[in-house]
Amino acid sequence: MNFELIIFGISAVIAVFGATMMIAQRNPVASVLYMILSLIAQAVCYVQLGALFLGVILIVVYAGAIMVLFLFVIMLLNLRGEEASEQDTPAVSQFTKYVFSVLLTLELVFIVKAASLDSVATQVADQVADGFGSVRQVAQVMFTNYLYPFELTGILLLVALVGAVVLAKRERDSYSSATDDADDDRSERVVE
Amino acid sequence: MVPTSAYLILAIILFGIGTVGVLITRNMIVLFMSIEIMLNAANMVLIAFSKALNLVDGHVIVFLVLTIAAAEAAVGLAMIVMVYRNRETVNVDRFSLMKW
Amino acid sequence: MAEYLFLVPLFPLIGFLINGLLIGRLPKPLITLIGCGSVGLSLLLSCSLFFELKALAPEARQITQTLFTWISVGQSPDQFHVSIGYLLDPLSAVMILVVTGVGFLIHIYSIGYMAHDNGYGRYFAYMNLFTFAMLTLVLADNFLFLFVGWEGVGLCSYLLIGFWYEKKSASDAGKKAFIVNRIGDFGFLVGIFIIFWSVKSLDFMTVAARAPEVFVFGGSLVTAACLMLFLGATGKSAQLPLYIWLPDAMEGPTPVSALIHAATMVTAGVYLLARTNALFIMAPDALMVVAIIGALTALFAATIGLAQNDIKRVLAYSTVSQLGYMFLACGVAAFTAGIFHLMIHAFFKALLFLGAGSVIHAMSNEQDMRNMGGLKKYLPITFSTMFVATLTITGIPLFAGFFSKDEILWKAFSSGTNGAWYFWLIGFVTAGLTAFYMFRLVYLTFYGKERMDSKTKSHIHESPRTMTVPLMALAVLSAIGGFIGMPHIFGVTNYFEEWLSPVMSGPAHDMAEHALASGGHSATMEWLLMAASVVLVLVSIWMAYYFYRKNTQASTSLAEKFLGIKTTLENKYYVDEFYGAVVIRPVIYFSLFLWKFVDVILIDGTLNGLAKLWRDVSDALRYSQSGQLRSYATIFTVGVVLLIAWIVFGINHG
Repeated sequence: MNFELIIFGISAVIAVFGATMMIAQRNPVASVLYMILSLIAQAVCYVQLGALFLGVILIVVYAGAIMVLFLFVIMLLNLRGEEASEQDTPAVSQFTKYVFSVLLTLELVFIVKAASLDSVATQVADQVADGFGSVRQVAQVMFTNYLYPFELTGILLLVALVGAVVLAKRERDSYSSATDDADDDRSERVVE
Repeated sequence: MVPTSAYLILAIILFGIGTVGVLITRNMIVLFMSIEIMLNAANMVLIAFSKALNLVDGHVIVFLVLTIAAAEAAVGLAMIVMVYRNRETVNVDRFSLMKW
Repeated sequence: MAEYLFLVPLFPLIGFLINGLLIGRLPKPLITLIGCGSVGLSLLLSCSLFFELKALAPEARQITQTLFTWISVGQSPDQFHVSIGYLLDPLSAVMILVVTGVGFLIHIYSIGYMAHDNGYGRYFAYMNLFTFAMLTLVLADNFLFLFVGWEGVGLCSYLLIGFWYEKKSASDAGKKAFIVNRIGDFGFLVGIFIIFWSVKSLDFMTVAARAPEVFVFGGSLVTAACLMLFLGATGKSAQLPLYIWLPDAMEGPTPVSALIHAATMVTAGVYLLARTNALFIMAPDALMVVAIIGALTALFAATIGLAQNDIKRVLAYSTVSQLGYMFLACGVAAFTAGIFHLMIHAFFKALLFLGAGSVIHAMSNEQDMRNMGGLKKYLPITFSTMFVATLTITGIPLFAGFFSKDEILWKAFSSGTNGAWYFWLIGFVTAGLTAFYMFRLVYLTFYGKERMDSKTKSHIHESPRTMTVPLMALAVLSAIGGFIGMPHIFGVTNYFEEWLSPVMSGPAHDMAEHALASGGHSATMEWLLMAASVVLVLVSIWMAYYFYRKNTQASTSLAEKFLGIKTTLENKYYVDEFYGAVVIRPVIYFSLFLWKFVDVILIDGTLNGLAKLWRDVSDALRYSQSGQLRSYATIFTVGVVLLIAWIVFGINHG
């Protein structure tokens, strides 16, 4: 039992624990905090896999920015746990949901086991060169082979930005301008 | 030395937890976060294979996925804010207007 | 001048467009100017074209003008090529003179007759459109273009019969005319198809030239084509068995009856036969059918005419009867005689109708002759012109009708066809009947007691100048028009026959002359027959005089004696009722069956049943649409699980 395996074991357990607690919590704020915990543990795994850059990005962008955005929204809406909603009886029973989620997981595990890629993969993994997953290496690939997808995500971000602004903008402004238009129309008709 | 399959199984377990979260939670925001978990599970698979195959391309794809997740979060949360403003709730069971 | 040929039909079209597009916006004088002026211009142009044609050598009397290609399929000349083109030859020259000449006079007459009608502009628009269509019909240089004119006049006939569309009977009559004509037009189209199929051309000149090579003399193909064309002609020209629409067509304004249903459109069938004489001459069987139908129609319609009381209906049956004469002439291959009678008939029948219109105008729209009488002194001009027309139609010697009718009778008698004698006999009897019913009309209308009520009587007045001048012009034409076509035995040239001879000759005629032995008859025989018919006519007139003037009681007692015959004649042999029972009733029942059973139960039932099935199924299924996001997600997950299971395990074990 070596050091790497221990670290993987601990971070894996924390990741799974964080995810489980996230969906189990009634209070969304706590959910977000558990999610952040899970993400940090996952970042540890990324680093172990040689993805140093992505691990840092995961913490800074995901845990630091996106999750904080979630937190902001929850606090902005002032959500306090789930309201009891017994009248909404789901059409499919809770039991079915668990069963099929577990079945899906088992199936995927079965595929991984059946593929038996351990032997091949481990051998290759031993020969990983120095600087694998460094900022330089990722950037080199990203700005050559993946230049266009990268630029496109830039546009996507812009669109998302505009979309978010449009969606979240208060309706009142457009409302009043619409009524103004209607008034204009009517006055024009009167003039005619 | 940790075998690649260990990372894959970790990813699958996270994915399964995300699925359960999507299926059982009533809170739209938590539902949204469950989807994020599933995305991250997929990222984990990509990175694991990157290492196994000694190819950095997987990292680039993960980077793009993170970017898209950020965009999605921005738009999704804006929509949630909108919905909440109109319906005073984020309980997905209440959004059953489009039936029959 | 020849290059302006296309303007002849174009003037009325322009008139129609102006009057038709600006209905209700033009002042009346302008409508009159455009409506009559356009036809007048056509008349002037037609006259000058006639003289130009006359200046040419007889064999070269043919002016063609192709405006543009209408339909063109394929490269080879054997494929379908139709152009918009006009053909002016002696035959169409006669026709355009009749159409524009009589048409112009009737337009002038209409100014007075329609003066107080609300639809003044509409009326002149339709009349101009009709003139355009009729000129297209007679000037077309191919079958298809002729068909355009053919349908055009049918449309105008429909529009003008139903001109007073507020009147149910008028709009019904319009529909009847249109529908009955469809039957004939169907035959005409089939005839065109056969001709194109065999000759590979629709051009009149080409068809006439190639007919002897393509068809066998008396062969079944050419007979079929001719019979189909004749079916078209029976529809348009109101022959048995499709004549029933013409008497009803009298619902239209009287000038319309004069122009369309007496002078021009109904003679289109005769024109068609004369135009395709090269084909008919090669099909003796078809000619025999034409002759039989023509003779029977002439007799049949004349007998009905004996007992009608509506002044216009008498004239309508008279028209049918006279058209029968023309077909009889065509049927014995005397196309020239047919066209000659067509022209003379256009003069005197238009005159009779216009005179009747004048009477009706004076009588405040009363049409029943039993309520007239003694109008001679009130309507002197109308009386004298109508009397001229009556003398012409009865065939009093030296009036135009005498020459044209005796020409037909003589041709029927002297033709070599089987049963020529019977044709002559039928024509002879019909001539007597014609004289009788025409003088009956004159005596009932203009002589005797004044049977109208006092209110009507106070309104009686002679028609205005615009109406009487055309009457006088037509009277002159009816009186002297016959001198251009006098028989040879009078020792003068028959100008009309000479004029049309280039059209009525050609390879097909040479071929027919070999096959048909012309029955040689002496001039004495012709004199004898002529005298016989004159005597018969005079006897008939005397009988009409006896029954309706001298001894009116006699007619009533005679009618009582033969009550059955009288009612049968008054009811027009119950032909309408017969058609109603045999044709219309079954059609109605069949339509009812189609509607109530096939449409409602079969088709609608199936469709509604299918729709209901899906409705019920959807009704059951819609409960799966709970609208709950999580349920959908769960179902989605189940699907994914099953799909992966199928892919992984199914492939491994399969």
